Amino acid sequence: MNQREHSADVAQDFSGIDRAALVAELSRLLPASSLLHVEEDLKPYECDGLSAYHQLPVAVALPETEAQVVAVLKACASAGVPIVPRGAGTGLSAGALPHPQGVVLSLAKMKRILHVDPVARVAVVQPGVRNQAISEAAAPLGLYYAPDPSSQIACSIGGNVAENSGGVHCLKYGLTLHNVLRVRAVMMSGDVVEFGNHALDAPGYDLLALAIGSEGMLAVVTEVTVKLVPKPEMAQVIMASFDDVMKAGEAVAAVIAAGIIPAGLEMMDKPATAAVEPYVKAGYDLNAAAILLCESDGTAEEVAEEISRMKAVLETSGATEVRVSQSEAERLRFWAGRKAAFPAAGRISPDYYCMDGTIPRKRLGEMLMAIAAMEKKYGLRCINVFHAGDGNLHPLILYDANVPGELERTEAFGAEILKLSVDLGGTITGEHGVGYEKINSMCDQFGSDELRLFHAVKRAFDPQGLLNPEKGVPTLHRCAEFGRMHVHGGNLKFPELERL
Amino acid sequence: MSHGDPIEAFRARILERKPLRIRGGGSKDFYGGMAAGELLDTRGHAGIVNYEPTELVVTARCGTPLAELESALAARRQCLACEPPHFGVATVGGAVAAGLSGPRRAAVGSLRDFVLGVKLMDGEGRVHRFGGEVMKNVAGFDVSRLVTGSLGTLGLILEVSLKVLPVTPGDASLRFEMPQDKALEAMNRWAGQPLPLVASCWQDGVLTLRLAGARAAVEAACVRLGGAVVADAEALVFWQGLREQSADFFGGEAPLWRLSLPSVAPPLDLPAAMLIEWGGAQRWMRGDADAARMREVAVRAGGHATLFRGGDKSAGVFALLPPSLMEVHRRLKQSFDPYGVFNPGRLYPEL
Repeated sequence: MNQREHSADVAQDFSGIDRAALVAELSRLLPASSLLHVEEDLKPYECDGLSAYHQLPVAVALPETEAQVVAVLKACASAGVPIVPRGAGTGLSAGALPHPQGVVLSLAKMKRILHVDPVARVAVVQPGVRNQAISEAAAPLGLYYAPDPSSQIACSIGGNVAENSGGVHCLKYGLTLHNVLRVRAVMMSGDVVEFGNHALDAPGYDLLALAIGSEGMLAVVTEVTVKLVPKPEMAQVIMASFDDVMKAGEAVAAVIAAGIIPAGLEMMDKPATAAVEPYVKAGYDLNAAAILLCESDGTAEEVAEEISRMKAVLETSGATEVRVSQSEAERLRFWAGRKAAFPAAGRISPDYYCMDGTIPRKRLGEMLMAIAAMEKKYGLRCINVFHAGDGNLHPLILYDANVPGELERTEAFGAEILKLSVDLGGTITGEHGVGYEKINSMCDQFGSDELRLFHAVKRAFDPQGLLNPEKGVPTLHRCAEFGRMHVHGGNLKFPELERL
Repeated sequence: MSHGDPIEAFRARILERKPLRIRGGGSKDFYGGMAAGELLDTRGHAGIVNYEPTELVVTARCGTPLAELESALAARRQCLACEPPHFGVATVGGAVAAGLSGPRRAAVGSLRDFVLGVKLMDGEGRVHRFGGEVMKNVAGFDVSRLVTGSLGTLGLILEVSLKVLPVTPGDASLRFEMPQDKALEAMNRWAGQPLPLVASCWQDGVLTLRLAGARAAVEAACVRLGGAVVADAEALVFWQGLREQSADFFGGEAPLWRLSLPSVAPPLDLPAAMLIEWGGAQRWMRGDADAARMREVAVRAGGHATLFRGGDKSAGVFALLPPSLMEVHRRLKQSFDPYGVFNPGRLYPEL
């Protein structure tokens, strides 16, 4: 079968895979309860959190031990079968979309918290442990795991490692990258390796940094050591209204310029507050063109000092109304609206499509004006929520998949936002990953030299190209095809490739 | 080729396919394996390309003196919170290639944590851009951070974007007399509490802590922790002496070993003087020691040992890797630098 090294140029062909032999081999390696291969059992695995893309795999393997993971990878390596690792399936970029000739490797059964060390302030956990379960286990010790993606009640730490997940507090507390010390993983060869350790650095190249955010394309995570940090004594949030989105953006810059790194700094535009307010009754100012949520955490003294400084800056920056949460209940209510933005979008529209571009914050005005123009161009509405502190924008495009052509218009709308994110000096994805969804947009952000090097990095770990193929990094052929539709200023971005 | 354009000059040298020893200020010539090859001086490619205080990002060319970058940040009350050492006249490219961080590392993160993007020339003279100038960016593999600390063996760093942070208004240092085991216990205990603790150092029965953050938080922590307050001027010299290794402990010719360990590792059974930083996670030892013994002690404690400065490098400077990881290293090196141009042997003899 396909044993030669995969190349950067064209996709691999897995059509020769013997499905019956594969299932027979897997059933020899796994207990019956850990292998699914009947269509009705496979159905729940046909997509992740981005259900617009779906595909049935040949089988789903649910190993319970690292040894079983090794056995499955070795068997698939020897038969040349693609593997798609899967955590909790909450991803938003179709990174866990099954391969039609491949096996989905779900780590959901490996969900034990192995060790919580209050003195070293670390937790050693299996990949299927939920993000929030770590913080719950650490709570009695006054500690928690800082990254808090909005899916934290459901998403798993293995998936967080794969995506380098962030959350609303990452400006101050960092991403997964900054909060994971060690990852134990199995490579496609079956070798068990450790990236990082329980010290603060490891010898050699920083493979831990490379593994985090690698979208299941380099190795399969079997154990993670995360950093636990002291729970702040308290937190307070300011809700500030602005009559102009640009003013809100300038207020964010002014807070940063004043030397403050807020624990959370979020923006919602008027359509977004209008969508969530009837749903959660957070008390948002529905007349405001934009609202900012600006949080401080720490000791009582620290929070009092920071809140008064932030309040002064926001008022000077032209806020029309400034409210400071007066109780923990009120703080949670102010946040409830922001956290409910996605479900609220689902309430006012049959379907919505969440984008994830990041831009330098000062370009926000240009981006929002461009999005308003795109709403007209594509005949679709868009509401905007924004991790304003770090420039990560989540436009939610509202559409109805049952209306012929709306999904296609939505995808084109999204791709145009991502293209503009790159043009404004940003990136196509801040925290959701490329997956299958944004693979064409990678051709906007990177040229063929970088893409070739990405493929080489993948080959260094997975020479056969079996781990999550056709995700994350496009082939040069795909970019050439995509480029035919998106010729920039008459210059072909991949001139060296033949156009088919 | 144009002699005026440093990038073209770098490319011309790289295309000769002969080993090159990349060097900025030369402040870390002592660090790593024996540097082979002809000198490639990066200092001609210098200058801050972009600094946006309100975006918390600065981009500079490799040859920019680190001091110049830091004074530009200081003028806007910002800083590189991870405190990379200068060891003389360090450049930005050299700092990132070495990946070293200073006294605040355990609290704020390492230099790698602050790298947002790089512009890199590979072993075939091609220029790549990875990452960028935004805080959150998960498009493509995180090559910028892979390159950080790779000692120039993967490519020539041309430009770097770094996250910067505001200088905190409150800053105080406290001193406690305590033996090593008690100091290790205390540092780990305090690190688990919501205190604005940013740096720590134990040596000769004295534990020094640095607190930084909101003024009110620092004042409250001083009251809570007790200890003797160190005068500001003295504290500045003290922490600077650790960051730059200009403190007495680092003087003289004796070999300097660095042990990177879990912070909770108990006191080590080692023959010579120790200095402990990073809440217990970085421990320095001065003196002649058997390399195999040092490595074994470090591994038993859950970390690794580096012959940081001086001594006999013939037994290797850095801890060896398991074969499967070394194979990944070899393949990565081959992909970035197929003709073995960049700093051969600086990290490991086979890279």
